[in-house]
Amino acid sequence: MNYLEAIGKYFIMIREVFKKPTKWSIMRTLILKEIDELIYGSMGIIIFISFFIGGVVTIQTALNLNSPFLPKSLIGFATRQSVLLEFAPTFTSIIMAGKVGSYITSSIGTMRVTEQIDALDVMGVNSLNYLVFPKIIAMLMYPFAVAISMFVGILGGWVAAVFGGYAPSGEFIKGLQLDFDSFHVTYAFIKTVVFSFVIATLPSYHGFYMKGGALEVGKASTTSFVWTSVVIIILNYVLTQLLLG
Amino acid sequence: MIEVDNIHKSFGDNHVLKGITTRFEQGKTNLIIGQSGSGKTVFLKCLLGLFEPEEGRICYNGRIYSDLTMNEKRDLRQEMGMVFQGSALFDSMTVEGNVMFPLEMFTKQSKAEMQERVDFVLKRVNLIDAHERYPSEISGGMQKRVAIARAIVMNPKYLFCDEPNSGLDPKTAILIDNLIQEITQEYNITTIINTHDMNSVMEIGEKILFLKDGYKEWEGTNKEIFKTDNKAVTDFVYSSELFKKVRQMYLEERN
Repeated sequence: MNYLEAIGKYFIMIREVFKKPTKWSIMRTLILKEIDELIYGSMGIIIFISFFIGGVVTIQTALNLNSPFLPKSLIGFATRQSVLLEFAPTFTSIIMAGKVGSYITSSIGTMRVTEQIDALDVMGVNSLNYLVFPKIIAMLMYPFAVAISMFVGILGGWVAAVFGGYAPSGEFIKGLQLDFDSFHVTYAFIKTVVFSFVIATLPSYHGFYMKGGALEVGKASTTSFVWTSVVIIILNYVLTQLLLG
Repeated sequence: MIEVDNIHKSFGDNHVLKGITTRFEQGKTNLIIGQSGSGKTVFLKCLLGLFEPEEGRICYNGRIYSDLTMNEKRDLRQEMGMVFQGSALFDSMTVEGNVMFPLEMFTKQSKAEMQERVDFVLKRVNLIDAHERYPSEISGGMQKRVAIARAIVMNPKYLFCDEPNSGLDPKTAILIDNLIQEITQEYNITTIINTHDMNSVMEIGEKILFLKDGYKEWEGTNKEIFKTDNKAVTDFVYSSELFKKVRQMYLEERN
């Protein structure tokens, strides 16, 4: 029953979020600020992790392809498929649920605890729209971050393959181009857009409706990370079944 | 003026406000007092429109809140200023940003006009050199003054303060009390203060409403509170030895 109530409350929150902002010029500034905080501020960790995971995927694939009858280009092929289909859209989203999600929950939660949200409400500002809408719009830039993650992941794989001596550069690139289906990229970006909405709204929900003090802000951040990850994993399954199944 | 007529508010089985009727005059500092759990905060939130009572009505200069449309309610909110117990300043904004926020949000003033208004209200609350500082960089008393500046920057008709003196030293508390009273009289605002501070009751309580268990137990002025023989009021207000003596001296002086 509590879960049903929470789901209902979440959708009521979404309805409030999409109401007309009090002033568009202020909203524009907030959106740019959120793009800087949520997307630009996460690029470092996304690039770092993507590069090394791409490298690890390549090494693991190379070590498991020990038959002389299998071409080395399969290493590139497997790296491309892993990075494009799962690592860049899903794994990066889980990382973002931790980094960006906990930031969103703790910042909104702290505003709740210190009555800053009440202050907005008393002034006549739609606090949900003011706080959550810019985050949703900023997260629409997230697919660009995922595109960079795809590129850097594959680059990491190429570096590991070539400099680790697992495959020559030509073979690896040949594998990258092998049986390329552009719909896989579309599928990855569709997932990314859905996940970006989840990453912006679920942590906002946990922050906005939290009760208690500073300790509860920490607990809400943890809970929001767990639920955002769970929802991403479930949606990943559903979307994969719908789009590729 | 705010007129409250027989309001009731419950949360589940907990009947918090039980038929409160009163009137808060314009240009006066009205104080709400009572023990913790007596319903003061819920009452204040009903007056702010954050809670809607199940029964009864609240009139703001003749406008019945429950009869207003959503847009009219939003417009009415812009006539209200609120000073929260913990100041509730936006910690990502400077002092100037906090005070300018309502102007940026709700007016079409130019940057220069807004700046002029912000400078004026910050000067009015005796904060001259704090424009560029963040709330975390200023003292509790200064934060309260910024909160008052933010609350009055839009020229509100109604000013609400939730325990404006809590956590302040006695000298700063008196300064804040006096500031609120001066602003109330200067701009002819209907001011309602939720407080536990008996100094405020004695000093600025032009009208005092005493709540007990969700009922209106007593109302009067800071002069009348010395003379009242309502046991609940005297037990609460004169719970400290100091105030008992003050009252005794006052009554002896009168006799």
